[in-house]
Amino acid sequence: MINKMRELDRGRVNALHSVADRWKALPKWQRSLAFVAFVVFLYYLPLLGIPGLTWLRTDSISGGSNWAGVLFTCAVYVLVAIGLNVVIGLAGLLDLGYIGFFAIGAYAVALFGSVNSPVVQYFQREFDLPPTWAVTWAICAFIALVMALISGVLLGWPTLRLRGDYLAIVTLGFGEIIRIVARNMEGVTRGPQGISAIPGPEGPPSPDNQIFGLIDIKPWYWLAITVVLLMVFAVRRLEHSRVGRSWLAIREDEDAAAVMGVYPFKFKLWAFAIGAALGGFAGFLFASRYAFIDPTQFNVNLSILFVAMVVVGGSGNMVGVSVGAVLLAYLPERFREIADYRWLAFGLAMVLVMILRPQGLIPSRRRARELKDRAAEAEEAPAHV
Amino acid sequence: MNFDDLFGHIGQHTVDGLSKGAIYALIALGYTLVYGVLRLINFAHSEVFMVGTFAVLGLWTAFGVENNPPIGQAVLLLVLGLIVAGLASGGTALAIERIAYRPLRRKNAPPLIFLITAIGLSLVLVEIFGLVLPKLLGEAVPSMFGRARIILGMPTIIESKTLFTVFGTSVTNIQVIVFVAAVAMMALLDWFINRTRYGRGVRAVAQNPETAALMGVNQERVIMLIFVLGGIMAGAAALLWSMRFGFTQSSIGFVLGLKAFTAAVLGGIGNLRGALVGGLFLGIVEVYGATLFASNWEDVIAFVVLVVVLMFRPTGILGESLGRARA
Repeated sequence: MINKMRELDRGRVNALHSVADRWKALPKWQRSLAFVAFVVFLYYLPLLGIPGLTWLRTDSISGGSNWAGVLFTCAVYVLVAIGLNVVIGLAGLLDLGYIGFFAIGAYAVALFGSVNSPVVQYFQREFDLPPTWAVTWAICAFIALVMALISGVLLGWPTLRLRGDYLAIVTLGFGEIIRIVARNMEGVTRGPQGISAIPGPEGPPSPDNQIFGLIDIKPWYWLAITVVLLMVFAVRRLEHSRVGRSWLAIREDEDAAAVMGVYPFKFKLWAFAIGAALGGFAGFLFASRYAFIDPTQFNVNLSILFVAMVVVGGSGNMVGVSVGAVLLAYLPERFREIADYRWLAFGLAMVLVMILRPQGLIPSRRRARELKDRAAEAEEAPAHV
Repeated sequence: MNFDDLFGHIGQHTVDGLSKGAIYALIALGYTLVYGVLRLINFAHSEVFMVGTFAVLGLWTAFGVENNPPIGQAVLLLVLGLIVAGLASGGTALAIERIAYRPLRRKNAPPLIFLITAIGLSLVLVEIFGLVLPKLLGEAVPSMFGRARIILGMPTIIESKTLFTVFGTSVTNIQVIVFVAAVAMMALLDWFINRTRYGRGVRAVAQNPETAALMGVNQERVIMLIFVLGGIMAGAAALLWSMRFGFTQSSIGFVLGLKAFTAAVLGGIGNLRGALVGGLFLGIVEVYGATLFASNWEDVIAFVVLVVVLMFRPTGILGESLGRARA
């Protein structure tokens, strides 16, 4: 039974690889054309009503399906997956506290952009500003990026010298700490009450907003997908640069990389900081779309969901992690009846994928080869633990 | 910063911390044993503890225990609880080894893959106890699985009474039982690892797996043994926890597991006596910290301790080694 499944799976992966090879063999203009068509399709997606696929719960929003809202969630999760893929897939560092960076990005826009936040109110008092004053959305975006980046460096600096599994536990603790800090520091974050009136591109949420409102989510999706496409492009360039090659070298053999003149700590810190910035930006988009955040939204379970998206999809492969993110975000929304069981399903998926095919559903070839080498070594020396 | 409270009642806080730390130390043993032999962090160990608390609750529910039973009955309940929790936790640990570790070991997978599998399994266990069992058994046993993911209260088996007072510090009978029982369990484990034939096998595999295999030590059996031993210790911790704090929840394992892991690293992971030292030390630091700042910062303190230890002395207070001669 299991052997038969393996056989089928091998056929599927071979088919995927031959598709990838053919894609690479196409002339450049055809590839560009197909890519442009795909991007247009992505932008058209929220207007598309495929029966069955777009049938989604309508209880969270009055009147009509929440298809665009689900697409927005998918897009934010894809952004998270791309950022976490830099850390886990490319640099090979297991970060279990990614929700912490997501929360920092979300709280950055909430604390500096909302008139309800104690930080903004403090500035208003100190500098005699009008009560409607708050930092504009675009500047908040910048603040969110920088804050996430700095927190990534601050967390990475002491911990990246540790062994990989220690790093995992420390980051797990970090994710939980951020939530506890947000809950306890009531003077800064308003604690469990949360912060409302988080601004969007048109300013604070109000019925006058023409485009980015709370009812019509389509513009939010278009915004998110634009960010995702830009980031995919940027990370892709990074992956094939000197930095990207250093990450791969460190992931495959840190000592060998160090001997060849790649300073592992420096490049690990880079990966960590870039991953953190992307996670922070995803949190920023999430907070401005919902216009309200509180600490319970940054549960540690989400960190594990993020890791599941990357490892189930295929860590190291951007297409793989994106597909993983879309699946894990979309399926619980589509099948509300079983949505309660989603954590159970994610846990099972992680165990099964890791045992049966640790390289993920749509693997990166290089990563698959690496795992195969290790398995071959194990067969040569069966006594080794 | 509440220095008056801390220094005014320093003895009281120390006693509180010691009895709390004893429970961390028992759980920490599970991390330390597995790490000492396999050099892997058994992330799912926190759920082994959680299953133990549910086993204790199940036993007490099955007997229909009321609050404050007569003393003879209480002792019997605690002994039975130890056996049941040990069996449940040991069995869970063994199952984790079979499902999440053995198939990967055969493939010589990188350590991070073990960690991911263990996280997945831990999520599955939490959901089984938090959601699946309440759905299936919610009506049959409402005191255990009444609603999904709720905090479940347990009957008081031994009423908390002040046993004696030294220099204005009162020590309750429960604190004494928790501390003595935890140290006794650890002494037993220490004796088992250092003095018996099976223990020698464990130390041999920890020192050098290949040589141990050549000398006729069955490696698979040693690995199963350490998982079971760690599970039994977590079961004992679960009983003491149920007796002292009187509640459980499907998600109880996460924070406690993180703290026990911190205790293990603090004392020197892979070192049995280190787990005791680390657990007690962490318990005291946590109580002091919670007094100094506020009790809702308690979980942050453990984490800060972990980061500081890893930065300045990653091998812990006593150094890491189960078989001693390992660099």
